[in-house]
Amino acid sequence: MASKSLCSRRDPVLKKRDDFEDVLEERRNSSDLRYAFKCYAPVLYKGLSPCTPTMLKTVVLQSEPLQYAINQVSAESGESVELVQEEAAAILEEMAHRLKLSTVRFFAFTLSKAFKRLFHSVCVNEEGLQRLQQAIHEHPVVLLPSHRSYMDFLMMSYILYTCDLKLPVIAAGMDFMSMKFVGEMLRMSGAFFIRRSFGGDKLYWAVFSEYVKTMLRSGYAPIEFFLEGTRSRTSKSLTPKLGLLNIAMEPFFKGEVFDVSLMPVSISYERVLEEALYARELLGVPKPKESTSGLLKARKIFSEDYGSMHVYFGSPVSVRSLAQGRINRSQYNLVPRHIPQKPSNEIQSFVNDTAYQLVRMQEENMVLKPWVLIATVLMQNLDGMELSQLVEQTVWLRDLARSFGAFLDWPDHTSSSKVVSSSLSLHRNLASVCGGRVCLLVGRPPGPESPETALFERAVSVLSCASYRNQILHVFLRPALLAVAMQAATSPRKDEVYNCFSFLRNMFSNEFILCPGESVQDFDEACYLLMKCGAVQMLPQGIGTTDSGRVTLPYLCAMLEPFMQGYQVVCRYLCEETTDNLTEKQFVPAVRSFAVKLHLAGSLRCYEALSSDLQKNALAALLRLNAVKKVKMADQVVLKVNKMAVNSLEDTLGGKIPTQKPVLARL
Amino acid sequence: MASNGKSSERQRIAQQRLRIIAGHLRKQEEADHIEIAAQECKAESSRTDTAKPNSVPKRRQEIMKWNGWGYSDSKFLFNKKGQAEFTGKRYRLSGLILPSLKEWFEGTFGANLQHKSPAAAALNAGAVPPPNLSESFVEELKATDIPFSHDAEDRVFRSHGHCLHEIFGLREGQYGRCPDMVVWPNCHIDVVKIVELACKHNVCLMPYGGGTSVSSALECPPEETRSIVSLDTSQMNQILWIDEKNLTAHVEAGIIGQDLERLLNESGYCTGHEPDSMEFSSLGGWVATRASGMKKNIYGNIEDLVVHIKMVTPRGVIEKSCQGPRMSTGPDVHHFILGSEGTLGVVTEVTMKIRPVPEYQKYGSVVFPNFQQGVACLREVAKQRCAPASIRLMDNEQFQFGHALKPQVSSMFTSFLDGLKKFYITKFKGFDPQQLCVATLLFEGDREKVLQHEKQVYDIAAKFGGLAAGEDNGQRGYMLTFVIAYLRDLGMDYYVMGESFETSVPWDRVLDLCRNVKERIVRECKEKGVQFPPLSTCRVTQTYDSGACVYFYFAFNYRGLSDPLNVYLQVEHAAREEILANGGSLSHHHGVGKLRKEWMQDAVSSVGLGMLKSVKEYVDPDNIFGNRNLL
Ligand SMILES: Cc1cc2nc3c(=O)[nH]c(=O)nc-3n(C[C@H](O)[C@H](O)[C@H](O)COP(=O)(O)OP(=O)(O)OC[C@H]3O[C@@H](n4cnc5c(N)ncnc54)[C@H](O)[C@@H]3O)c2cc1C
Repeated sequence: MASKSLCSRRDPVLKKRDDFEDVLEERRNSSDLRYAFKCYAPVLYKGLSPCTPTMLKTVVLQSEPLQYAINQVSAESGESVELVQEEAAAILEEMAHRLKLSTVRFFAFTLSKAFKRLFHSVCVNEEGLQRLQQAIHEHPVVLLPSHRSYMDFLMMSYILYTCDLKLPVIAAGMDFMSMKFVGEMLRMSGAFFIRRSFGGDKLYWAVFSEYVKTMLRSGYAPIEFFLEGTRSRTSKSLTPKLGLLNIAMEPFFKGEVFDVSLMPVSISYERVLEEALYARELLGVPKPKESTSGLLKARKIFSEDYGSMHVYFGSPVSVRSLAQGRINRSQYNLVPRHIPQKPSNEIQSFVNDTAYQLVRMQEENMVLKPWVLIATVLMQNLDGMELSQLVEQTVWLRDLARSFGAFLDWPDHTSSSKVVSSSLSLHRNLASVCGGRVCLLVGRPPGPESPETALFERAVSVLSCASYRNQILHVFLRPALLAVAMQAATSPRKDEVYNCFSFLRNMFSNEFILCPGESVQDFDEACYLLMKCGAVQMLPQGIGTTDSGRVTLPYLCAMLEPFMQGYQVVCRYLCEETTDNLTEKQFVPAVRSFAVKLHLAGSLRCYEALSSDLQKNALAALLRLNAVKKVKMADQVVLKVNKMAVNSLEDTLGGKIPTQKPVLARL
Repeated sequence: MASNGKSSERQRIAQQRLRIIAGHLRKQEEADHIEIAAQECKAESSRTDTAKPNSVPKRRQEIMKWNGWGYSDSKFLFNKKGQAEFTGKRYRLSGLILPSLKEWFEGTFGANLQHKSPAAAALNAGAVPPPNLSESFVEELKATDIPFSHDAEDRVFRSHGHCLHEIFGLREGQYGRCPDMVVWPNCHIDVVKIVELACKHNVCLMPYGGGTSVSSALECPPEETRSIVSLDTSQMNQILWIDEKNLTAHVEAGIIGQDLERLLNESGYCTGHEPDSMEFSSLGGWVATRASGMKKNIYGNIEDLVVHIKMVTPRGVIEKSCQGPRMSTGPDVHHFILGSEGTLGVVTEVTMKIRPVPEYQKYGSVVFPNFQQGVACLREVAKQRCAPASIRLMDNEQFQFGHALKPQVSSMFTSFLDGLKKFYITKFKGFDPQQLCVATLLFEGDREKVLQHEKQVYDIAAKFGGLAAGEDNGQRGYMLTFVIAYLRDLGMDYYVMGESFETSVPWDRVLDLCRNVKERIVRECKEKGVQFPPLSTCRVTQTYDSGACVYFYFAFNYRGLSDPLNVYLQVEHAAREEILANGGSLSHHHGVGKLRKEWMQDAVSSVGLGMLKSVKEYVDPDNIFGNRNLL
């Protein structure tokens, strides 16, 4: 089974991780300029045929697949082949990178200066880099970093340059291109640019996919892209996007390369640069356009302390090994390979499963700082708490997290209270200690204060804090789902608990990374972990709660509570408030104002319900469960709500309907 | 006298032809000698004016190895000085020292001359299970006067082909299920009688031609409980007639390749069918496996060469009523026979196309900077349909291998790789000796056309960076194909086991397939605990309009493995999976046998397999031809 080969699920705790080294340390002790001009001679792919960015473009434009698409587009549109060819060339021009070592050296110099001001340390696992070097030599490599910040890909290239590894080419969103200068600089440091949406544009798709595949096949450079597609504003991993991964795997399926190595990279920040921006964005403040001046204004960022960051290069995953016994490659035998073929179901589900596994691997190797635990505790005590209590609960949670295999970076030889207070001081913009009590800091709204603006400001700080809690959710997720399921099930019988578990898992599979089709494995893992930490035991009559479980389980339930409530709010809105013509566009603002109303009326205390991320995920889940349908009307997409189904989902989430089976059956 | 003039002209051509064959096959004078001598010894009545050849005696073990390849007198060995030499007198390499082979051998495999793995010295007749004879069948057979035997040596000899696992087993003294007896029919009528008796007494028949099968086709199914009779066709070896007006020859199917060519040459003709195994493989075997000869570009593969086939089946004799060159009479029934692998009956007589012996023959070679360029060149040659009689592209590893077989010259003390580097760096500037590869060529025809043709091909090659590299390199390339099977025996004396296999693949996938299969072999060996990287090499051996035939060799040092044979089988299996995943066919010419049977349904679809099964069911409902190949 594919999942087995990727990571051992049974005991994530036993997972061994590499040690870290700080790449900035040397920067602090020697000349940045000399470093920027150091000899750079990375190990290359063994089958590489040397090629410049310009040659690459020529190869792509002349390639059979692209020529085929050009002829097709020309035949369909009636435009001349020459014209379409020119269009293709223009698309490629707009897209292609122009990696230049001189630009990279410039970046190496300036980023050294910047990083040293921003971060205490940038810790990288050396062994991971060695694995990467070997992988680059052996096979085409795809680098798959997690995406939490604009910093991510700069940091990736910076590290690879520093460690004398082949610089990647990076798939970047077109939004950067609006910043003329920065865009061009990024292009010259290896970024290539893709439009955000080009759904039906055959020519664009052909240019794009051939460009990526050509680089991959020739082992030109590692290809880097973000599986999550965009920066996660919540610090939770996002449901992976499959387009690029599909493209990257195809050369293997078609036998054009022997193998492709997929390398998950986990980048974790002690303080995310965009922290407050994200919260505002989630609450509906439009995201500031990525303009050069905007970035320059971000200079104020430099006066702040962002603690340390960690970059963990995971183990390369061989597509060949994953596909062994799962994919019958001879399905490509009967059609010339340059003719695009819609991926078979077999391929689609393989790519999908792989993407999920990779995101999980990213999650597993995210380094978690003490602040993440503190934020988790604070999220359950939004009205503030005694510092001593906070320390105590944080330590308790740390031990629980450890027993679940969390990758914690908790200082060994420092007292717990010191650890907590130094974390609090780094995050003083989020929480403050005042008279021995710790509470979240709430900003003052710009302009006149009203109940609504006050709510909004409080939500900003809660969601900012929540984003740190979210970093560790993947550690607790399965046990927490089990804890909720045990609470909801009418009897402790394992099959009943499993039913509830599986319902919840299904409900939240747009919210969290839950690999499709692995419900049973997840359940087993959850049982295993809860037994291991002594919270439950297997009894003849089913799953029983132990004494310590009476503390642990409610705690875990509380961790998921905001999501349970948030989804119920969305359901309630859809049942109670919608007219027939709710458009997709209106959905988020409408739910938000509904939630605001509930808040102001005092009947809702959950802030996640205000987050567009949760609202969209809930909608996606309801669509997937067919409780809501999208209908195209004129040029609008309208949501058709099956109120009965939504209502009963809401009741089930609220614990009003005990067993979920009939609900699902009805859907 | 006109007729005299004509016949002396014919003789002249025949002489020339003999020299040509001898050129890439065997040592010239001695070869003539041996065969003439052999012919003189033969004292059997002949049904045509051509003397009956006797290259294959009934007791094959008298001249051929029972547990290895080829003639007993010819083998590679490392002499006391540690130098490789090839014994005997038959081949051009015979009696020569190969100074570079040791270094290549040790360097390539990490083998060591101190570590020997010798074969069991002699066949231990006592260890061969006693024959399971059908008394009634034997009784009635005796009455027909057809020679037969149930001697252990005769039976073991016919219990196998030349797959690695078969030979390896014999060397270890493991005999497995053997045929219970051997019969030697002399002609078609004998075969008819044998088949009738077999049906009557429910005896299992297995046709045996040259015994060169590399698909486990000759292995006796261990589950077979009936008496198994190996039907050795070697005594049905005459050319029955030659029709010069239509350029056909009617030949008994047991004749082996070298005899067929030699005898036809004497009349000034040839078939041009030259599989690498032609010294031993038989006409019937070619038909039964859909064989392919090296010069198919001029003469065609076996299916292009046959005009008429006669086969004896349990249902009776199948043959067409005329010898028309092409027919539209429903699906061609010849195609049930071609490739039937002995499952339907015995091919007894074949009418084959023949051609006048070509006036002139010339080897050649081209060195390319890398394999890609070489493949691109072959593709272009195929596109322009100007392929010479043979054109083969060896990859770098095989090119080095070929060089290791250079017989002794003056520069004895320069090491093999140094010599290679020096030669190629000085001669082919800018070519990386670890990348370059070589195409070997063989041109045939009248002199003027050959030279013209040669120029055309070299011109194309030049467009792909190819540089002419002389006749010598070309000739050595072809020699390699005849001695490679002998070399495998040498390897097995020193813990090295190896095998070859082939496929056919569309042009656009050739490079990808070659790279992936070679790499897969390396990977699998490593994963299975093979200590030293294997030799994993390929060559493109045939070109077609729409694709090519690719031939792989792989070999590895198996010291330290507890079950080397199993490792080898797994690697070969994986390599075949890789071929199929990369758009290659299950086989271009070796056939399916039992070795590749598991993929047969995928290869031809279940309906296709059903069609073949229904033919088998009709022709042979009692599975008399029970070798269980193919289906
Ligand atoms: C070193 C080497 C090189 C080779 N090179 C080539 C090559 O260049 N091209 C190529 O095509 N093959 C090649 N082969 C494979 C092999 O030589 C061919 O498959 C050949 O056609 C087998 O002929 P055979 O007479 O040896 O048949 P055998 O090995 O005796 O038998 C092969 C199969 O044919 C059946 N059979 C044999 N004779 C008859 C008959 N008269 N009637 C019905 N069924 C019969 C047998 O039952 C068996 O199933 C090579 C093999 C070796 C070992």
